[in-house]
Amino acid sequence: MATVAVTAEREHYLNTDYGIRSWLLTTDHKRIALLYLIVITLFFFVGGFFALLIRLELLTPAGDLVQPDTYNKLFTMHGQVMVFFFLIPSIPAVLGNFLIPMMVGAKDLAFPRINLLSWYLLVAAGLMMLYCIITGGVDTGWTFYTPFSTAFSNTKVIEAGLAIFIAGFSSILTGLNFVVTIHRMRAPGLTWSRLPLFVWSMYATSIIQLLGTPVLAITLLLVVFERAFNLGIFDPSRGGDPLLFQHLFWFYSHPAVYIMILPSMGVISEIIPCFTRKRIFGYGAVAMSSIAIAVFGFLVWAHHMFVAGISLYSAMIFSILSYLVAVPSAIKVFNWTATMYKGSIRFNTPMLYALGFIGLFTMGGLTGLFLAALGIDVHVTDTYFVIAHFHYIMVGGAVMGYLGGLHYWWPKISGRLYPEWLGKFAALTVFLGFNLTFFPQFILGYLGMPRRYWQYPPEFQVLNVLSTAGSTILAVGYVLPMIYFLWSMRYGKIADANPWGAAGLEWKAASPPPVTNFEETPEVSWEAYNYDEIPAPEEVPVG
Amino acid sequence: MFENFPLWPARAATTSGNVDALFIFLVLLAGFMSLAIFVMILVFAFKYAHSRNPRAEQIHGSLPLEITWSAVPLVIFMVIFAWGAVIYFQERTPPRGADEVYVVAKQWMWKLEHQQGQREINELHVPVGRDVKLIMTSQDVIHSFYVPAFRIKQDVLPGRYTTAWFHATKPGVYHLFCAEYCGTAHSGMIGQIVVLEPAQYQAWLSGGVTSGSLAANGETIFQQLGCPTCHRFDVQGRGPNLVGVFGKSIQLEDGRTVLADENYVRESILSPAAKVVSGFKPIMPTFQGLVSEEQLTALVAYIKSLSPPPTGAAGSPRLAPGTKSQEPKE
Repeated sequence: MATVAVTAEREHYLNTDYGIRSWLLTTDHKRIALLYLIVITLFFFVGGFFALLIRLELLTPAGDLVQPDTYNKLFTMHGQVMVFFFLIPSIPAVLGNFLIPMMVGAKDLAFPRINLLSWYLLVAAGLMMLYCIITGGVDTGWTFYTPFSTAFSNTKVIEAGLAIFIAGFSSILTGLNFVVTIHRMRAPGLTWSRLPLFVWSMYATSIIQLLGTPVLAITLLLVVFERAFNLGIFDPSRGGDPLLFQHLFWFYSHPAVYIMILPSMGVISEIIPCFTRKRIFGYGAVAMSSIAIAVFGFLVWAHHMFVAGISLYSAMIFSILSYLVAVPSAIKVFNWTATMYKGSIRFNTPMLYALGFIGLFTMGGLTGLFLAALGIDVHVTDTYFVIAHFHYIMVGGAVMGYLGGLHYWWPKISGRLYPEWLGKFAALTVFLGFNLTFFPQFILGYLGMPRRYWQYPPEFQVLNVLSTAGSTILAVGYVLPMIYFLWSMRYGKIADANPWGAAGLEWKAASPPPVTNFEETPEVSWEAYNYDEIPAPEEVPVG
Repeated sequence: MFENFPLWPARAATTSGNVDALFIFLVLLAGFMSLAIFVMILVFAFKYAHSRNPRAEQIHGSLPLEITWSAVPLVIFMVIFAWGAVIYFQERTPPRGADEVYVVAKQWMWKLEHQQGQREINELHVPVGRDVKLIMTSQDVIHSFYVPAFRIKQDVLPGRYTTAWFHATKPGVYHLFCAEYCGTAHSGMIGQIVVLEPAQYQAWLSGGVTSGSLAANGETIFQQLGCPTCHRFDVQGRGPNLVGVFGKSIQLEDGRTVLADENYVRESILSPAAKVVSGFKPIMPTFQGLVSEEQLTALVAYIKSLSPPPTGAAGSPRLAPGTKSQEPKE
């Protein structure tokens, strides 16, 4: 094992080569992961900037900060940037790229050059999106509902649609790469039942990316065709059907929620065993629930359409199916909680994010039960209740998991420790800021405040002020990690190969890992999370 | 102090209480579940902290527990599903004999027309204690008719009718919002629902200026467009006799049957060849582009008035055009 002290001379993936060419033409999955990290961090702050402007506009009931058309573009581009250029690539393209080959004991992904190609596709899509933003933006809502998007909007719908179309191919290729890698490149002895749960969840995610994304691509292309060539597909005045668009859009975009949350669940399933020094409770149940979510996730799309004009009975079928997909999510929460029982728990930054994830995801999931109930959904759909619900899942869940994972694997990625006290402080700030931002929105939604409103009746103001206040706290919590991660790359304490005393093949490689990850191909004869066989570190190192 | 900080929406229709009851049940359930999980996490975090419990005890899992915490939530979920579905079924099934209001939405305005012919913009007057059915369509993009105090919401689509209904229980003025994003002034596409005591409502009805009832206007349009040439009501013409047709099951030429509802009447005017009645030829020309949404709703209201009214509703079937209408104009 390469746990010997790291010396400055040891060659690893970061210092093996220098210069811009060595990065832009790399096929090393670890370098590509960092390239992704740079791109999605940029987009995260672009999308976050839009979010702050939205919250500032909503500080007062009157529309007074920006023009209504500007406001409509802000929430549209906030959604598009965050969903397609941050959340969907986030954990898969950064942590998945870095970790899947290491976790399965491989030198790289199955198709290293396709891996680089998917990064270039995301960059091309991102440039297209930035072009769209700079030249005037788009105002259809991230959902592109027809016939507004195809016949009424005067904004850059085609540009935005094509940007997302291209980003979709990046997502498809990444998913394909992961599926093949997980099937074909596991180290000797690493059976399916010994795989880390992060790999299981990434496998389920990749299946959704492969099967769902093409439908989005087709749908967006049809929108572009109807708009550019005047075809009648979705616009009733040209003989089209607007509900057809909604069915096609949500057929991808509901499973897309699981593309965002499943990887986070995988991260949490790694962090909790490590910081409780325990096997995960119910390995099989947690692994299979990921697959169940991926399968059932494809059968619930029309729960976004309960008031859209679908038939009474199809609404009932989609409601009951939506409750079925809630069961595997509940199973995960119960198993994580049970893993803490009789553990030996340390509260480092990644663990704080994991606990925060459980709390916020639980609330997001439970409010999903409200929305799946037909009678309730009629009242709260398209209100701030929905906004609060999906931010609890996609920000409280997915982003907390992403940040937890970044902290957990940062010593492996950078070879350095981040400052622990700042990490804890940021985690706490994110948790508090998040709740202050989004909890009031549940109440706003039940009171009846519709989403995508530039101005609103004055009785909604107090709750909106609370929400805006929370968003500024949240912003601080998100900027801090970026600053101290950058700081730690130069000034952080040197990390050894396995600072947390964690199980998993990735921790058997040096930090940062050598180009080929392992000196020799590992052979696995143990189950995942064999924390009874791994000595706990006396002191968890504090950066 | 709470004037500008309400924590519960007004409750002004029969549906409101039903929705609130399930909502409160769900809040209690969700509160209990999250509290249970949070308390467990806090207790474990305290009891099994590394400082108190330096060595973890390895536990692989427990099949009975896995089954329990899968099955128990599933049963609870099915209860919620059934409860929610019952409410939805009521919300989506307008009672027979409801007063009808036709709604035409457009960027960025609500146009409403009562059966008696009163027209309103961004404001709807309704009586307390009556069933009111909304028959809605859009002139441009998708909108959504949302009255939080009634807990009802229904998307309004171009090219077809969607319906909603309510039974107001409390006089007052309530928000009407557009809940489906529709462009620049989406947040300005708001209005109010004015719920009046029956006497006040009658006064309001008689105070307004109308140009005849909706169905009477429809009849005029029906005559002007020359419809009676084929749709004769005395003898069988080249088109089907429309008396008594609305609400019936219709046998089509291709063997299908279709319910003659608002959407079928609409489709038959705009795309006559789509669903031809058995025994007739597809010779009717389309009226796409020749009639506005308002004229369409009037035509639908007229054809509806040719069928015997549902139980309890006022008015008798209007006379067939062949026999010269004598209805006094108000």
